[in-house]
This record gives sequence, C-alpha cells and structure tokens, in this order.
Amino acid sequence: MEPILNVTNLTMNFGGLKALDDVTIRLEKGQIAALIGPNGAGKTTFFNCITGIYEPTTGEVQITPPGKNTQSLKGLKPNYVTERGIARTFQNIRLFHGMTVLENVLIGRHCRLSSGIIKAMLQPPSQKKEEKKAVFDSYEILEKIGLAKYVNDMAVNLPYGAQRRLEIARALATDPFLLLLDEPAAGMNPQETKELDDLILWLRDNENVSILLIEHDMKLVMSLSDWIHVVDYGKKIAEGTPADIKANPDVIKAYLGEESDDA
Amino acid sequence: MRWISIGLGLAVTGVIGFFAVRELLIDPLYFFELFLGGLTRGSIYALIALGYTMVYGIIQLINFAHGEIYMIGAMTALIVASVLGLWGWNTAVIAILAFVFAIVYSCAYGFTVEKIAYKPLRHAPRLSALISAIGMSLFLQNYVMLAQTPEYLPFRTLIPDFHFWEPYAHIITSVELTIIITTVIVMILLGILIKFTRIGKAMRATAQDKVMAALLGINVNNVISATFVVGSATAAIGGVLIACHVGQINFFIGFLAGLKAFIAAVLGGIGSIPGAVLGSLVLGISESYFTGYFWSEYEDVFAFSILVLILIFRPSGILGKHDAQKV
Amino acid sequence: MPIKNQIKQSLIIAFWFMILTFPIMVIKVNTIRHTIDFRWANFLWVGIVTFFASMIWNYFLRRNEEQKKTDIADDIPLIHKLLQNDRFRRPFLGLVAAFFIAYPFVFPMYHTSIMISALVYVMLGLGLNIVVGLAGLLDLGYVAFYAVGAYAYALLNLHFGLSFWVVLPMSAFLGTLFGVLLGYPVLRLRGDYLAIVTLGFGEIIRIVLENWDDFSNGPRGIGDIPAPSFFGHQFGQHDAMIYMYFIVIGLVLMTIFFVHRLEHSKIGRAWIALRDDEIACQAMGIDKFKTKLTAFALGATWAAMGGVVFAAKTSFINPMSFTIWESITILCVVVIGGMGSAIGVIAGALVLILLPEYLRAVAEYRMLVFGALQVIVMVFKPDGLIKSVRKVYTFKAREE
Repeated sequence: MEPILNVTNLTMNFGGLKALDDVTIRLEKGQIAALIGPNGAGKTTFFNCITGIYEPTTGEVQITPPGKNTQSLKGLKPNYVTERGIARTFQNIRLFHGMTVLENVLIGRHCRLSSGIIKAMLQPPSQKKEEKKAVFDSYEILEKIGLAKYVNDMAVNLPYGAQRRLEIARALATDPFLLLLDEPAAGMNPQETKELDDLILWLRDNENVSILLIEHDMKLVMSLSDWIHVVDYGKKIAEGTPADIKANPDVIKAYLGEESDDA
Repeated sequence: MRWISIGLGLAVTGVIGFFAVRELLIDPLYFFELFLGGLTRGSIYALIALGYTMVYGIIQLINFAHGEIYMIGAMTALIVASVLGLWGWNTAVIAILAFVFAIVYSCAYGFTVEKIAYKPLRHAPRLSALISAIGMSLFLQNYVMLAQTPEYLPFRTLIPDFHFWEPYAHIITSVELTIIITTVIVMILLGILIKFTRIGKAMRATAQDKVMAALLGINVNNVISATFVVGSATAAIGGVLIACHVGQINFFIGFLAGLKAFIAAVLGGIGSIPGAVLGSLVLGISESYFTGYFWSEYEDVFAFSILVLILIFRPSGILGKHDAQKV
Repeated sequence: MPIKNQIKQSLIIAFWFMILTFPIMVIKVNTIRHTIDFRWANFLWVGIVTFFASMIWNYFLRRNEEQKKTDIADDIPLIHKLLQNDRFRRPFLGLVAAFFIAYPFVFPMYHTSIMISALVYVMLGLGLNIVVGLAGLLDLGYVAFYAVGAYAYALLNLHFGLSFWVVLPMSAFLGTLFGVLLGYPVLRLRGDYLAIVTLGFGEIIRIVLENWDDFSNGPRGIGDIPAPSFFGHQFGQHDAMIYMYFIVIGLVLMTIFFVHRLEHSKIGRAWIALRDDEIACQAMGIDKFKTKLTAFALGATWAAMGGVVFAAKTSFINPMSFTIWESITILCVVVIGGMGSAIGVIAGALVLILLPEYLRAVAEYRMLVFGALQVIVMVFKPDGLIKSVRKVYTFKAREE
C-alpha cells in the first residue's frame, strides 16, 4: 500500500544555511510517528515545508489520502494543503484571541463550508442549515476533546493546557487524514501530558487520522509512537521503532546522550 | 514570472535610456540642470528618509509623525531667525543659531513623541502602533497650525549667495550647493556614528535582535530614544535647508515631504541606511526628470506609482534584505 | 510610587513641555508687520495642563499595568449587557426608532441636514470597519472609493441623465470593482506598507480628479446634482431633505443588517481570524489573499454608495471633499468607536461628527482632538470606546 505521506529528498536552503538536507520520510496509514532531534535540528522547518509555509528548495512531498490518488503538495499554498487533508498545530500557540473557543473551531470548519458572501448576506435556508450543522459539528469536536465547558469563553482566557488542546480541536475540525502536531506537550504538567497521550491515541483509533508529531518529551514519544525519525543539523540520522532508536548509537550520540535521564 | 520581470525591466530601461540620450543631445544644459535639481531634491529626501529607515530598522514601525518633526524643525528655525532678525543680530549668527535651535528642538520632539505614542505600544499589535503614529502626526500638524498660523510664512534666507560661486550660479544656486554639500557631510558623520561609536554599535545590535541586545546589557529603551533623536536631527537639517530653498513654509509641509521620503526609504530598502540615501537620490532625480520632461502636476502620482511598482515587484527595495516571516 | 514622587515627576514633565512648546506656543512672529508677540499666558497654560495631564496619564498607565497582571476577565460593555437583556432591549430599540423617525419633523431642516451627514459617516464607518476593524487591513485611502461613488453619480447624471436610484446599485458595483482592481496588486503587501500604498492611491485619485479637466471639470467641480426622486416625482427643497433623510436611514439599516450577518458568518470569522493571526489562519485552510480582497472590496462597495448619497445631498462636489483628511476622519470613527464593533462605530460616528458641528467654538480643534484621541485610545483602550462582543451560542439539547 502507498504511504499516506511520502517526503523524498527534501532540502531547504535559507541563504547559505541548509536547514534541511536531503530528508526522506514516509508515513503509513494509521501510524503515529514522531520526529525528534535537538533544538534547531530543522523539525519545525520540516513541518513548514510540508504545509506550504515554505517552499522547499528541492525534493518532493506527496500524499495519498485514503481512497484517493497520490498527489504532489509541492508549491501549494498552506490553505490548499489544509484542504487536501493535512492539519497542523503550532509550537508557540497561535489561537485567534479575538474569538471564542467555539469560533476558533468553526474557523477550522471554514474550508469544508461552501456558502459565499452573497449567501452570507441573504441567508437562504441552505446557508442557515449549513451554518447550524457547522456549529453543531464544532461543538461535537469540543466535546470529544473535552473542552465543551469552555465553549463560549474567549480563547485567550483558557488555561495553558486547554489552549494546546484547542489547537488540536481546531486542526481536527478541518477533517484531516494526517495531523501534524508541533510539540503538543510543551509546557504541560505531567497530568496534562498523560491526558494528551490518551487523546492522541484516541484520535488515531476513532477519528481515522494518522499523526506525525514533534516532541521533546521522550517519555511521551517512546510510549506513543509506532515509528520514530531522528534529525540532526537538518539531516536525517536514523529511523525505527522506539526500541531501535533507544539502542541506536548515532542517536544517543547526537541527542539522547544529553537527555538520557528523560529516556 | 522571473523572466517577465527581467524582460520588462530591460524594456523599460531601454526606453528610458533612449529618451535620456535624445534629450541629452537636444539640450545638454537643461538635462544637466534637471539632474542637479534632482540631486538637491534627493538630498533633502535622504535627510528625512534616514529617520524613517533607522526607526523602522529598530522597532519595525512606520513613524508617521516623522514628517512633522521635519516641519517643526523648519518652523523653529523660522521663529528663531525672525526673532533674532528683528533684534538686529548678525546674519551669520542668526543662521547658526537657527540651525542649532531647529536641531535641538526637533530632537526633543522626536524623543517626546516616542515616549508618549510608541513606547507604551511596544508589545501591542503593529496596527495599534501605526494608528497611534497617524494620530500623533495629525496632532502635531494641528498643534502648529493652531498655535501659529495656517498661512504660508515667508522664510528668511539663512544661506547667503556665495560670492565665489557667482559664475556658476545660473546652473546651481548657492543654496542648492549648500544642500548637497551638507547632506554629504551629514551622511559621513552618520556613517561614523553608526560604524564606530558605542551607541552606533548598540543600534545595530538592537536592530538585529532586540532580546539578545538586551541580554547583552544594552539598554534598549535608550537605544530606541537615541535612534529617534538622531533621525530627528537629520530631519531638522533637511527641514531648514528646504525652507531656505523654497523660501516659505507652513504647518503642512511635513506631510508630503514625509511621504516622499518614506517612498525613497522603501525604494532603497527599508531598514538599510545606504539604501535610504540611494533610494532618495534615485527618487529625487527621476522626479526631477519626470516633471521636467512630462507633466509637473502629476509629480506626486509619479512618486506613488514608483512606490506601488517597487512594492509589487521588489518589496525589499534596491538594497534591502528579503525577510522571511517567522513561524 | 509615593504621591510626592509622582508630583515631582509631573513637575519635571510639565517643565519639559513648557520648554518644548516655547517657540511654537509662546512666540508668534508677524513677518509682514515685523512684530513679535510673546504670549506668556500660553507658557503658563502649557505648564498647568501638562502637569495634570501627566498625573492622569501615569495613573492610567499604572492601572492598566496592574489590570494586565491580575485578571483578564472580559468586561462586556454596558450597552451590550443592556441589549442582551430582553426586558430592556425592546423599549430601548423602540425609543431609538421613535427618535430617528420623529427627528426630521421635530427639528429644523438645518439639523436634519447635519444628521444626514452624520448618518453617511455611520455608513462609511461600518464599511471601513469591515476592512480595518474586522480584517485588520489599515486602509488610508478609503476616501478614493467614496469619490468614485460621488463622481459616478455626478457624471452619469450629467452625461446620461441617470437617476439616483439607477446609479446607487451601479455605484455599489463600481465600488466593488475598484476595490478589486486596487486591492489586487496591493493586498499581497504586509500591513504597514498597505497603509502607505492605499494612502497613495487615495491621493492619486484626488490629484487626477483635480487635473483631468475634461473628465471631472477639475477643481471647479460639478454642480446641480439632482436630489433623489420618488417614482419620478421631485420634492421641494424641504421635503427633499426629509426624503433624503429617510433614504439614508434606510441605507444605514441595510448596512447594519448586512454587516451584522457578514460578521457572524463564515466569511466574517475568516476576516477576524486573518486579523488575529495570518499564519494560523492559512493553516486552517483559509485563502489569505481572497479573504483580504473580499473585505477590501466590500468596504469599497459601501464607500461608493456613501459617495452617491453625499453627492445627492450636497448637489455639488469637487475634489476638495475627498482629501486624506476625510479618510482619516472615517478611520477615527472606526478606531475611537471601537474596531470591529458595529455599535461602537455607530456611536463613534454620531459623536465625532455631530459634536464638532454643534460646538462650533471647538470645531477648529477637531483634528487636534482626533489626533490626540487616536493616540490615547491606542495606548489605554485599544479596543475603542465600545468593544466588540462575540456571539454566544447555546446548546439547549445537550445541557441537562
């Protein structure tokens, strides 16, 4: 079977700096994969290249959404990447602070709604129905993620852990088949991290999404991932199961060595 | 897209080059006069544009009130010169004192404006700071208009006609010569300030990375104030010089001059000091030719069109660096 | 800080301002009669005013700091609280409606005329609010579209004899078209460049109108623009004014109605999201450029309609009505009233336009005060006087 995400020989140059150098990563359907590496290794740049925020210098990004043909994402703008079914969260939380929690999720529904300006002004029954359904769907997502009690609060007023979860809820609202999570556990306390662990597994099992995550919390990564990719200085240095990675001398040298107590 | 741009660029250059050569052959003196006129104009733009570009380099804000600082410089010079003139002081002393007061007061205004309208908004969205800047500009214009007069005021000639220059005065007047020479001197001094002094180094460090500069023990607030002060000083020099050149000023002169200088700064690459100078000269000279050979009433339209074109085709300007958005 | 130090600090600031404003506030030179006038009273006034202003300024600055530290509880403005209260809402809206219906019959024509101007600003403000308040695009050339509408009516009437009612929808279309044409090249630019470029466009349109005599009659302008007709019937001067008044009321109601619907629809949410965070917005599948363009073009639509009404009301237009100051005034209405808040913008327009009309003594200080208010609002109350409130959704079926 085709991998749902197939990134081959991805290179990203910033001026003279090679942020990513010939990185190849494949992701199977239903997999939870992790992308790890020391700070500045190019992990977020990798996400940005896939999601169209940066256009990679060379290399190819292909996706095969379930039940659809393989297609290339290279050169697509971020909004089209999202339309094709890849959603992401951000390392430094980027919620829409002028909006309520529900509206943040409704923004995620945006690309699945069809009503345009004229319909918004005239509000024919079809638009009202669609809007009502969107609100309902969004509320349902909030319930699943466990944020229903905040529904009408302003997004900025949420506790930190809840803001991270809201980012996931918002991404989920775009109906993705692949979810890219950029350090979802950053700044969370152990309790919140545990809940996040459960949530990610639940998402994979019940929402039919595959997940690629960047994370520094090794305990989370090792317990959660089916497959781990390691990058260092923009180069991929290893991949394998958590057990393989733990035993890989290159990885230990580059990365785990300095944080072995976490692993 | 790339090839279209290059092709278009070459075509435009070719057409302009053709007309330039033709006009040069028809009437070389007129061509040369327009060039010098443009150089004068560009020098003034450069003196103002420096303030925009330095402030933008450090706090990424378009200081809308900068044109008003320039106007206040000219206005202060006018008031000081008139008072001293009526008291019957020596012309040379008047000229020097008018310059000094204009510079000191402009610096004080620039400093104060930053403290009131921009400092409290340093962590606010950029839109807020920009609106605050527009408000400040509006306030200063009306303040001068209400406290002084909405009419144009005749400006005393502070710069005498140099005797030794008389044979060439029909090509370029003493005032224009002074403007160009003063600008060159100011640029050199500024270059030394930025390159070699302590505060200049602190400015460059702050422009690159505010947080890092603060961690290294640089007082960022002081550096920002210093930037406003230096920018205001050069603007004031520009204000006094242009007032001598044109011979009259009012409360509104800062608006258009400020806009043009901003366009020049963007043209050269905002944030870059050599860029501001280069952009100013290019804008001044091309404006001069445009008004000399085409329609003078569409002078401002020409400048704005240049702005739009440069922003669409090369938003980083002639010398600017391309800055990618950080995620 | 103890009060003694505060006073000391304010005294220093007051002294600083006395010196700072000395040449401009105190000295006045008459270069024609060659006399100098020293206005020492101003010297004193500056000192007194800046002393108290600095005390108040610092007090609020400190209070803001403390509020930021302690709580982020969102305080809903009083007017919204009242409007959410069913018992209050009906009588309040009834009263407002009664006031506006009775207005032209109770007050003399002069006041009706002023109220029409203010209501045109409500329309313009609500239109610009889409661009600046919701989508976060600082448009300093809004007046260009206003001019497009006004000149469209004046010229189409002059050359083809088209009536108000024909031109009004045409101008809406024309405004949208201009919005798209101007927006297309410039909306890719970063926010602060956009401000300058739109300012440039506004000026270009005015300069062209001033210099292109054959097209626009230059600075002399166009006169004898007819007032709207009522099914072919032209009213006398007095009735025409009342008729105009109700047309504007109708247009304002229509504007409020549509803008409200837009604001709480898919497209309105996209505007706000774009204003808050462009990158996250794109990552949510929103086309940044298209969304900006719709906001820009819709804003232009309303400006053009406002222009038609303006031309019909004054019956004479020239380029002087479309200077940068007009753009700035409309921007002030939006910013000071409350960016993104329709009620704020309406209140802002009524207060900022009506007050200077009636307080003639302060009218010349209008722009000075506008400028100062812009700074003050941005520093202390960035949401404006009446901030916007988001829609609350209820899920009755699930709340047991």
